[in-house]
Amino acid sequence: MCTVRWQACLCVCAYGQHLAGNHIKADSNHREGRSCVRYKCSLMNTVLDVLHQRPGWVEVKEDGEWDFNWCDVGWLRENFDHSYMEEHVRICHFRNHYELTRKNLMVKNLKRYRKTVEREAGRLEAVKCDFFPLTFVLPSEYHLFVEDFKRSPGSTWIMKPVARSQGKGIFLFRKLKDIMEWKKVKICSSNTDCTRSDEQRDEAQVESYVVQSYIENPYLIHGRKFDLRVYILVTSYLPLKAWLYRDGFARFSNTRFSLRTIDDQYVHLTNVAVQKTAPVYNPEKGCKWQMQQLRRYLTAKHGTYVVEELFKDIDNIFIRSLQSVQKVIINDKHCFELYGYDILLDQDLKPWLIEVNASPSLTASNQDDYEMKYSLIEDTLHIVDMEGRLTGKEKRVGGFDLMWNDGPVFRENAGLETLGSPFQTANTHLGGVNDRKKQLRQLLKPFPGQKKV
Amino acid sequence: MMNEGSELSVTIAQIVQRLKGTHLHSQLEKQAKECLHRPEIRLESIKEDVRKFLRATGWERKLQNAVYRELHILPPSGHPEAPLEHTKEPLAYMRKAQASWEKRILKSLNSMCTELGVPLARKRPVLEQKELTSKWNEMGADEPACVLFFIFWKVLINLKNPNHDHSDGLTARSHWGLIPISLSVRDVPQLREAYPELSLSCSQLGIDDHAHVPPDLFESEHIRIGKKVVDEQDSAAAQQYSRQGSPTGLRAQLWALILNITNDPEDVAHYEQLKAAVIHHDLLVDNLIYKDVKLTASNDDYYFVFEDVLYQVLLCFSRDTAVLEHFSYNSATPPKSYIQGKTGEEEFAVVYPPNGVIPFHGFSMYVAPLCFLYNEPCKLYSVFREMYVRYFFRLHSISSSPSGIVSLCLQFERLLQIHLPQLFFHLQEIMAQPLRIAFKWMVRAFSGYLSTDQLLLLWDRILGYDSLELVAVLAAAVFAFRAENLMEVTSLASAEAVLADLSTLKVMPLLQIFLFANVI
Repeated sequence: MCTVRWQACLCVCAYGQHLAGNHIKADSNHREGRSCVRYKCSLMNTVLDVLHQRPGWVEVKEDGEWDFNWCDVGWLRENFDHSYMEEHVRICHFRNHYELTRKNLMVKNLKRYRKTVEREAGRLEAVKCDFFPLTFVLPSEYHLFVEDFKRSPGSTWIMKPVARSQGKGIFLFRKLKDIMEWKKVKICSSNTDCTRSDEQRDEAQVESYVVQSYIENPYLIHGRKFDLRVYILVTSYLPLKAWLYRDGFARFSNTRFSLRTIDDQYVHLTNVAVQKTAPVYNPEKGCKWQMQQLRRYLTAKHGTYVVEELFKDIDNIFIRSLQSVQKVIINDKHCFELYGYDILLDQDLKPWLIEVNASPSLTASNQDDYEMKYSLIEDTLHIVDMEGRLTGKEKRVGGFDLMWNDGPVFRENAGLETLGSPFQTANTHLGGVNDRKKQLRQLLKPFPGQKKV
Repeated sequence: MMNEGSELSVTIAQIVQRLKGTHLHSQLEKQAKECLHRPEIRLESIKEDVRKFLRATGWERKLQNAVYRELHILPPSGHPEAPLEHTKEPLAYMRKAQASWEKRILKSLNSMCTELGVPLARKRPVLEQKELTSKWNEMGADEPACVLFFIFWKVLINLKNPNHDHSDGLTARSHWGLIPISLSVRDVPQLREAYPELSLSCSQLGIDDHAHVPPDLFESEHIRIGKKVVDEQDSAAAQQYSRQGSPTGLRAQLWALILNITNDPEDVAHYEQLKAAVIHHDLLVDNLIYKDVKLTASNDDYYFVFEDVLYQVLLCFSRDTAVLEHFSYNSATPPKSYIQGKTGEEEFAVVYPPNGVIPFHGFSMYVAPLCFLYNEPCKLYSVFREMYVRYFFRLHSISSSPSGIVSLCLQFERLLQIHLPQLFFHLQEIMAQPLRIAFKWMVRAFSGYLSTDQLLLLWDRILGYDSLELVAVLAAAVFAFRAENLMEVTSLASAEAVLADLSTLKVMPLLQIFLFANVI
């Protein structure tokens, strides 16, 4: 990287936006791109490294003008409504992402979506929406929950706070009396009152819970429970444009699964944050398998066909969950969002949606993890494409495959032969080979100002 | 000297003897008896008709597979007057080295016994038995007890052939490699002839199933053939097929077929017996197993998940006296222990551990990759045991066998010396002898060093060619691949660093290039 160009860039940027050389003239195929991008970043982890090392990107301090902001959701809540963003500016969250990522709202949206599907396309189609365990929002649906609870005695339920992460506040129970104490404290204090302000209502929401049917027959690998973390990038909700990252991982619980020990949080929760504090946690190990490893293991056990069907079912979860919030999320061309989906498999190899995270952890637990997350963020930035290097017609960028573009995306290129053919395969490669560097070399022009390598 | 005809009849007699009384034998008899009721069986041609029936119902195939398996583990034939030790291992100095190695192991084991104040074996108190039964599936949660490391290879590099003339003193040739003896090992031209299916003109998994290669060129057809092989249940065909690699979805079945793992009721009963033995008695070697698993498999990024099943398999393995059979062709002798106070009196000698195999550091890595393929502990156990008595035992006993660790080390060194002499010389000079680094890979047949999918492709070929030779070839190919970087290093530590991470290597291209693309 030439020092002279860096300094020139800094000088140029310091004078604000209206200087020549800051814009690259668009030609008929490309969006307008920028050779110098001013960014803000509220995280101190892998994201910052990627931004620092991206050619032409410069960090701006506190109140400086910015073109790109990797912010946390708190900042978003406080500032988004008061910020004016020029057309080219990008920010890493949608204003009301919580419609998808807060457990109680997601459940509400999914239930409503399912009803719509059933009404418009019939029961068979609606069954495809049954990928989330029976869930009730508390306290509002407490009585509905009790009805269902009484219908299936002896089954296990899991209580989760709506807005907390990393496994905090979660517990399992089988008897109603286990939650009597909780009920007294929580239900009384969260009676919503219309005269309360937004913040007060927010706070009350923070403390509301969902209660969910606990999946008692998870798929185990030699006695250990695991869940899957998958990354989805959404660049637009209307129309819906979503990318699926090929890498991901399976997170294992450190101890053996058994329903006998409901109180053992370490067994049932596979969040790395919880596992980290478990007595037997070995930080070197990381308790994770790469998605490719898991896919190979399942293929060796169950054969290619079964596993392909499983991954199709997993694709179905992503698409329908996004469709369920499509009309609710405030679409904004400035926004993109990288979601971390948590999926659990049961013994029949049915995938279940546990949760969607708007701020998936991008802190690395070891070197391999770092490289994966680095590549993930780098490819995210390629797709956001501040530099205007993409045509917009790409089906693959690095490790991301375009999964949905206002309709399903297929691997085969559309043509007369493929029209109406039942043999089209979805353009997803979760757990597949990720030769992103090679693909990027062929796809991308060099950064503006850089000589071709 | 026996002529071929009578040698063959001896072999046939041996195999018949071994198959008599097995579950398969009783099944065949039962089938033959029952088919007599069938209309197509006529009294005048009863023998032919029964044979036809057994062929049509797949029983002949099962017998063929069983015979095929016996051929794999046939002890070597020798002079009728020769003692078994001489037949197993014809070279006297090898026998001597193996015997002294065994003495050293036993000495270590006995001193461990004394230091810890723990007996070699003891019956578990009833309470402990109950506890272990309930925790059978969670054994990994216990604490390990002690550690024992073996410096096996020091023994190997000190082998001495008394027939070797050392009179010319220290020359460049006599200290060219670490293995100071000569055995017949194959060079590249001979390897090319022995492994034609790996040649550049032949398609295979690990190369021609790459993401960018359209599956119609090879992969789809290969999978179709694989399915057919599995349907036919033919061991010999499966072995031949495996030379070009096994598809992930079929590998478990193909390997079971090659090894003739039938999972009969008698196998299941045998495994349950072993489990019971584990619960009733505690063996000192169990501690070796615990420590090994904790240090190796549990620390591995991928194998940590299998910790519990590794304990199950290895603890059962230690108690399995059926493994003693392999000592009829293993140059090693099972260690003996004496009932307290009766040392030296043969009638009070027992084999210890019951299977005659003392586990060492890294032993669990022979089992770990198999956990990827097999879910039911009984099947996993049978596959591992068969792989051990066919291949893995050769990696830690001293013999002149071409698949033995001594030959592999020698072959590795020779391949480098002949084809990369500059590299070999350079590494010798800086005291970073190649064998020092490659030894640990070969002893484990690369388990734990390669990524799992690559390791399984390598083991496909070990099974396919019924030989461990490719382990030595791969070790040489790895050095060849990283030769440029290795030429720049100036110490053993830096050489180790260059070769520390093999997880990104692709095994089949490396082998193919080394054997078929180099200019000889």
